[in-house]
Amino acid sequence: MGKVLMKGNEVIGESAIQAGCKYFFGYPITPQSELVAYMAQRLPEVEGLFLQAESEVAAINMVYGASSAGVRVMTSSSSPGFSLKQEGISFLASAELPAVIVNIARGGPGLGNIQPSQSDYFQATKGGGHGDYNTPVLAPSSLQEIVELTDEAFRIADEYRTPVILLGDGMLGQMMEPVDFEVTKDNKEFQKDWATTGTVGDGPPKTITSLDLDDVRLEERNKQLQIKYKKIKATETKVECYLMDDAEVAVVAYGTVSRIVRSAIKRARDNGIKVGLIRPISLWPFPVEKIAYYSNKVKSIITVEMNAGQMVEDVRLAVEGKVPVTFYGRTGGVIPSINEVHEQILSMVNEVAK
Amino acid sequence: MKVVFERTKGLTNEETHYCPGCTHGIVHRLVGETLEELGVLENTVGVASVGCSVLSYHYFNCDMTQAAHGRAPAVATGLKRVLPQDRIVFTYQGDGDLASIGMGEVVHAAARGENITVIFVNNAIYGMTGGQMAPTTLIGQRTATSPQGRDIQSHGLPIRVSEMLATIDGASYIERVSTHNVKQVVRAKKAIKNAFKNQQEKKGFSMVEVLSSCPTNWGLTPEESLQWIEEQMVPYYPLGILKNSSVITEDIR
Ligand SMILES: Cc1ncc(C[n+]2csc(CCOP(=O)(O)OP(=O)(O)O)c2C)c(N)n1
Repeated sequence: MGKVLMKGNEVIGESAIQAGCKYFFGYPITPQSELVAYMAQRLPEVEGLFLQAESEVAAINMVYGASSAGVRVMTSSSSPGFSLKQEGISFLASAELPAVIVNIARGGPGLGNIQPSQSDYFQATKGGGHGDYNTPVLAPSSLQEIVELTDEAFRIADEYRTPVILLGDGMLGQMMEPVDFEVTKDNKEFQKDWATTGTVGDGPPKTITSLDLDDVRLEERNKQLQIKYKKIKATETKVECYLMDDAEVAVVAYGTVSRIVRSAIKRARDNGIKVGLIRPISLWPFPVEKIAYYSNKVKSIITVEMNAGQMVEDVRLAVEGKVPVTFYGRTGGVIPSINEVHEQILSMVNEVAK
Repeated sequence: MKVVFERTKGLTNEETHYCPGCTHGIVHRLVGETLEELGVLENTVGVASVGCSVLSYHYFNCDMTQAAHGRAPAVATGLKRVLPQDRIVFTYQGDGDLASIGMGEVVHAAARGENITVIFVNNAIYGMTGGQMAPTTLIGQRTATSPQGRDIQSHGLPIRVSEMLATIDGASYIERVSTHNVKQVVRAKKAIKNAFKNQQEKKGFSMVEVLSSCPTNWGLTPEESLQWIEEQMVPYYPLGILKNSSVITEDIR
């Protein structure tokens, strides 16, 4: 097949289909609408099913139903719609149902706008809905990486029986890049003997529920979830380090803005400044160890985000005060320029030199 | 010894948690018997909702999934659309669940002609949360959140869900039945069976609204409660078939 030029939203759709996802329940919202349209066109071609739900609430609950039946299933939205899905995601987490939920985030709060933003970081990485739970969150920074991470999202969802969030923004959703779908895929088969598909041929009735009125038993369920999360933290943390070997300053950034940061770092390097990038790819689990490791080597850290400062809290927790951590961000859908980020790197270097 | 009556295989042996005189148990039995008699128990997936019947997954002897408050028709849609053709999917919902928080889901499931069966238990009150006003609470009815009785000025008028859904082209079979005496229970059984047959024949959305009692929250004895259904509820919620059309989804799908 070779490389094809596609929009980010469409790449997500095609990658999901190639990962064996044949069922999609969605609701239109900019800037993710191309994904819904792509699924409506493509899924019938692969004998799958696309259904436009009456709301994001209905869509996530249709996902809950389909996942209960043991199939790979996905839904997608953008920030306001992602908020509406939170109760459902909490139910999925508790009932231990695998599913992939895409958030192509936009400027907020409220109706905000349709420009790219990273202001849903807290919501995505801290559970988002009610109760003690987390969902793995994967944050691609290029369309090629969307191909890999969408496949990974389905693998992680099935492996750990958990909802997984694929977090992008309007920029990644709308931009076009050449992508190659012929990459190594995870072809692992998952036995889903827990699925409620009717008891025919498989013994006593099965139940899928997130309810347990007995406090001690519900605590036990919580403990099991925490054990699972510990395992995910130990095995599924993903991070990229770029020019970090000799770096004296580290910039931490993910997703869209990490691309701008990368260019700013190149410019600073050309001017002889030893700066590198730590790019979390999984936002939960967060690459705590990597950041802790480099906080013993660098003199300072800047976190750059397209929000008012969310991931920086996780960075500071990982750094534990060993070096100064500053923050630079733009909100409301504004994308920082290479110049702006470069300026930030320079002033940080000057600050440390004082 | 000759067996004259047996517990249906459609229900488990678990003792229900329902209050004395509550008719949820009767409705459970009618659904269980229907699934057994139609021979579909092994092919059925039920969706429990949020309300007094939230634990119905302990009682129905088939695969069960428990849905968020009001969302059972969406969950049932997800199940039905991905399961093999011969699977039967039903929801079991109260009036707070279906007619208040979940009104959108049931209307759109009906509009899509979703080939599922909805068992809608209308007891004119929120039972599980302690007797608050439901969209189906009658004018003048006292509840925890309408202590002076439901009045039109502040609370509007009760919704007749079956009549409303019957106006939707995608709905195939809609009937309202009651549980206040043996004759009505027998009719309710027939309606529930028709609704499941409707699904077997792939005719699309079917719903049976069952007028049901809540002695605990109505503050009545079980006997008075049955009387209250007959005298107060039935006049506002007339019994009978509201829709029985066979032209729907076969052509669409
Ligand atoms: C999102 C959400 N809101 C509110 C509740 C609380 N709640 C539980 S049951 C219920 C009402 C159930 O009443 P109904 O559907 O009439 O069923 P019944 O208990 O009368 O059988 C409510 C409001 C909840 N569990 N979830």
